[in-house]
Amino acid sequence: MKRDGRFGRYGGAYVPEILMPALDQLEAAFLDAQADPAFNAELDELLAKYAGRPTPLTRCRNLGTDKAQIYLKREDLLHGGAHKTNQVLGQALLALRMGKRRIIAETGAGQHGVATALAGALFGLETRIYMGAHDVERQRLNVFRMELMGAEVIPVESGSRTLKDAINEALRDWAASFADTHYLLGTVAGPHPFPTIVREFQRVIGKEARAQILAEEGRLPDAVIACVGGGSNAMGAFADFVDDETVRLIGVEAAGRGLDGAEHGATLLRGRPGILHGAETYVLQDADGQISESWSVSAGLDYPAVGPEHAYLKDSGRADYVGVTDREALDAFALLARSEGIICAFESAHALAHALKLAEAATQETLLVVNLSGRGDKDMVQAQGLLAPSA
Amino acid sequence: MRNSSRYDRMFERLAERDEAAFGAFVMLGDPDLATSAAMLDALVEGGADMLEVGIPFSDPVADGPVIQAAAVRALARGATPADCFALLKAFRARHPDVPVGILTYANLVVARGRDAFYRAAAEAGVDSVLVADVPLKEAAPFVASAGAAGVDPVLIAAPNTPAGTLAGIADSARGYTYCVARAGVTGADAEVAFDAGLLARLGELGAPPPVLGFGISRPEHVRAARRAGAAGIITGSAIVALAAGHPGREAEAVRRFAAGMKDATRP
Repeated sequence: MKRDGRFGRYGGAYVPEILMPALDQLEAAFLDAQADPAFNAELDELLAKYAGRPTPLTRCRNLGTDKAQIYLKREDLLHGGAHKTNQVLGQALLALRMGKRRIIAETGAGQHGVATALAGALFGLETRIYMGAHDVERQRLNVFRMELMGAEVIPVESGSRTLKDAINEALRDWAASFADTHYLLGTVAGPHPFPTIVREFQRVIGKEARAQILAEEGRLPDAVIACVGGGSNAMGAFADFVDDETVRLIGVEAAGRGLDGAEHGATLLRGRPGILHGAETYVLQDADGQISESWSVSAGLDYPAVGPEHAYLKDSGRADYVGVTDREALDAFALLARSEGIICAFESAHALAHALKLAEAATQETLLVVNLSGRGDKDMVQAQGLLAPSA
Repeated sequence: MRNSSRYDRMFERLAERDEAAFGAFVMLGDPDLATSAAMLDALVEGGADMLEVGIPFSDPVADGPVIQAAAVRALARGATPADCFALLKAFRARHPDVPVGILTYANLVVARGRDAFYRAAAEAGVDSVLVADVPLKEAAPFVASAGAAGVDPVLIAAPNTPAGTLAGIADSARGYTYCVARAGVTGADAEVAFDAGLLARLGELGAPPPVLGFGISRPEHVRAARRAGAAGIITGSAIVALAAGHPGREAEAVRRFAAGMKDATRP
């Protein structure tokens, strides 16, 4: 490999030796594509004419306070229903470039599975999605979406039957199938070069938001806020602001049923450094190093590791990470619907919930940008059960 | 005296008789620690030349369904790395000469602390440690900790491993070289194909003796591996599945199996 794929001490490529040539090939294809104007032109055209970029930056009319304005980066309006489509289109083009005829992916909430399925349909690639059996049950609608677009969805029954087990199974598939198959990993986690590739293909979120807020307000925001499961929407939102020292970067983890218990997905807040799914990063684990089962009302934040670059941003102090509970997220979800007429994903509601706290506490003029990473259609059935109807 | 010389003495002894080594894998703690210990004894009685033991990990990405399920059972029964080290220490007291290698995953090693993990292995009389998700590129700190503790770092070579990496493996690995016979994860196959070219390249580079794993489950596989130039083979999933299929009679079942496999290592 040309690069070591390290973010400080974090990252690397901890995979069985048999997968190393496939990672080498992917890194080479990515570096080659980045330098190829034709690749970038094709991706830009797909993002504009197929996926619907740029997405708007919407100023909340009713949420916020006298002091604090909240802007929403509307990845919920992207084709596919979430930010996932950005990087899936990029990786699918890489798969074609490498001559692969099949793509496989893991999915938690199903958003990455849906995005992968649409790319599979668009480019005529055989598509298989691994999804924890527990997630299959709570995200039925997304399973049907994937199948409608021709993907095969495999429920994974091992372990906690959620995202981490789906990744295990995708890695096992890839160890046997790499010759003709690209593993289209869905977040900034996993072995090098995935964290870098996914960040670069998601960078467009923050790049647009930065230009949009400057055009709108004539200044940079005070904070950019995004939810963190694996961490791809947050890395995409943060990447172009990292060098703007006045802009606080805030990642919001799932505090689930409370950070003091075991039922949360707050890897950076409650985990410690370890090695999972190919990367050295923060991991929720017991004293021996067995991986803990995480919890969140949102399947997309229900993951016991996190992208290694977030681990680095935490340790270096460049980004802050906070927790938002299931309850707080659900309240923000309902409030956004009622106040702004926008139904967001449970995941994104975590970021909004923290922005609302900051807005309440603001004593001087404050500009907040929240990455609204996905829309809430997938969560409707669950929301119906959780938010008692006003009967 | 370094523990690792048990491998050297074993390979020398087998070479004199023109035999290949039969390596047997057991997931420690499946179905329970006492049965694992009895299985290790039975495998040695049946003819196993070297043992490979799994310390169960919650997320074993290099393993197929059979060994995954064994790890789940072991963890459900509460098996910890400390239990495994204690079991191995007791085994070593009963069997001073049989080489024993640990096969596990990186997070269990770094959670204890690399140096502490390898020291614990050495104190338990373990000869080698193979970390399934540590390729050569990430191996240096693991190799250093192994060296400091006097434990052999075993590395994996695959049919698709490039020449430069094989040379690095030849330099860093000790004890034996774990050669995967095919792509994919662990599991018992009906048919096994061998890459004799890989064995030849490792030989030219002066790598530790090549031992073939992944998919090897029958005496005819053993004979084919020996003909291809392997110094030994390791059988894992077949033994784990056999034990799981004979509840209460695990030791007896694997003893008979080991005898059949060991026979096939002879000329």
